[in-house]
Amino acid sequence: MIEVQNLTKRYGDLTAVSDISFQAESGQILGFLGPNGSGKTTTMRIITGFMPATAGTVKVAGFDIFDESFEARKRIGYLPESPPLYNDMTVTAYLRFVARIKGMARADIPDALDHVLARCGLTDVAYRVTGYLSKGYRQRVGLAQAIIHNPSVLVLDEPTVGLDPQQIIGIRSLIKELAGEHTVILSTHILPEVAQVCEKVVIINAGKVVAEDMLTNLAQDQTLEDVFLKAIAQEEPGAAETVEEAAE
Amino acid sequence: MRNVFTIVRKELRAYFVSPIAYVVLTGFLLLGGWFFFNLLSRFNVLLSIYTQLQQGAEDQLNLNEFVIAPLMHNLSIVLVILVPMITMRAYAEEKKGGTYELLLTSPLRTGEIVLGKFLASFLFICIMLGLTGVYPAVLIAFGNPEIGVLLAGYLGLLLLATSFVAVGLLTSSFTENQIIAAVSGLVATLLLYIIGWPADTAGEVLGPLLRYLSVTEHFAEMVNGLIDTQDLVYFASLILLSLFLTQRSVESLRWR
Repeated sequence: MIEVQNLTKRYGDLTAVSDISFQAESGQILGFLGPNGSGKTTTMRIITGFMPATAGTVKVAGFDIFDESFEARKRIGYLPESPPLYNDMTVTAYLRFVARIKGMARADIPDALDHVLARCGLTDVAYRVTGYLSKGYRQRVGLAQAIIHNPSVLVLDEPTVGLDPQQIIGIRSLIKELAGEHTVILSTHILPEVAQVCEKVVIINAGKVVAEDMLTNLAQDQTLEDVFLKAIAQEEPGAAETVEEAAE
Repeated sequence: MRNVFTIVRKELRAYFVSPIAYVVLTGFLLLGGWFFFNLLSRFNVLLSIYTQLQQGAEDQLNLNEFVIAPLMHNLSIVLVILVPMITMRAYAEEKKGGTYELLLTSPLRTGEIVLGKFLASFLFICIMLGLTGVYPAVLIAFGNPEIGVLLAGYLGLLLLATSFVAVGLLTSSFTENQIIAAVSGLVATLLLYIIGWPADTAGEVLGPLLRYLSVTEHFAEMVNGLIDTQDLVYFASLILLSLFLTQRSVESLRWR
């Protein structure tokens, strides 16, 4: 599970994320929504231990990402906005490398490799160089690298951006399958995706949480789009742009 | 330690899977071969002139002084330029390609990343210098250079190259732009190379200091066959300081 408490991140005078708190229970898929530049990527980078927060705490599977960073990082699979591939490696060589740096025992790697290759539909391209793969395949390799060490927590930053409709459906159903054994945070600004995949929704705008609830409660008598637009309209105009600049 | 080897393997693979390794090795050997050929033919000409002039003059001309030492000085200049180009991609490419996020969110210690990248480049340099071994091998086969002096010179060349590797990796860790990494690395290694030039006129305090800071001073001693603790300490400090600063530079992302 993931616990985010009073998280704040400032870049100089600009506040990218301001005092946000939310939780994802074990096995849950949490949709992390917000307009572009609202602080989604910053939050996810803090959760994964890539950068520190200015204030607040994050606990991943019970371990504090700052104080017990090593233990926490072992239990996280992370797919950043653009998949972190080495373009001169083959898919298998790359996944083997990731498995090793995630701390997997050498003996467990071949099985885990076969498993993720099959699960992410990569068997046909297993020996291709990642630099020459299409965007859809690159995204799937990115997902495979996030789940190869069977982490209890998965952090996925806009996993379906730039894919064709068929690939989007494929990735979505894969993410759905992963829930249950993994806790998933999925950031996106595609609302139908949230409606189809997620159980819980957190909406942030201009670095603040403006809505947090189960999807069934939020979208009871109105569409998710209405909920989203209402939530982000509460903020004074102009605030979002400031944060967008900060993120750049 | 296991993680360090994983990084070393990945880095070495990156050198040899891409054309980088082959271009660098070919270029280095081509230049080295040209220097060697020229020095050797000059040595031949000198030898024939001297023997015509007086008997026993060939004893005054030795291969170490006339071929090996200048060859090593020439190679050291080539290293000033080539090493920053070998190391420029180490961190800059990871930052640009987004793989830095993968490394830093994995359960790896910063020191393991820094050490892995350093060892990989060090091994590459060893291969590079090892291949130049054909030149002295030719000399040993057809002449009789002093082996001890030759080995001391090679140790000097290896320490010089390793220091440049450490400095190049440091400049690469500062930026995500490979050109900036290469240019600043080149400026730093060149500065280390020439910093001793004004030493003779710089006064009693500054002079010896500049001379001590200069890589060339320590390297020249070793090429002459002299292995002094002072020189070893100099190279070890330069390498360790650069590695320490690189570790800080990578780690600094976690403080900001």
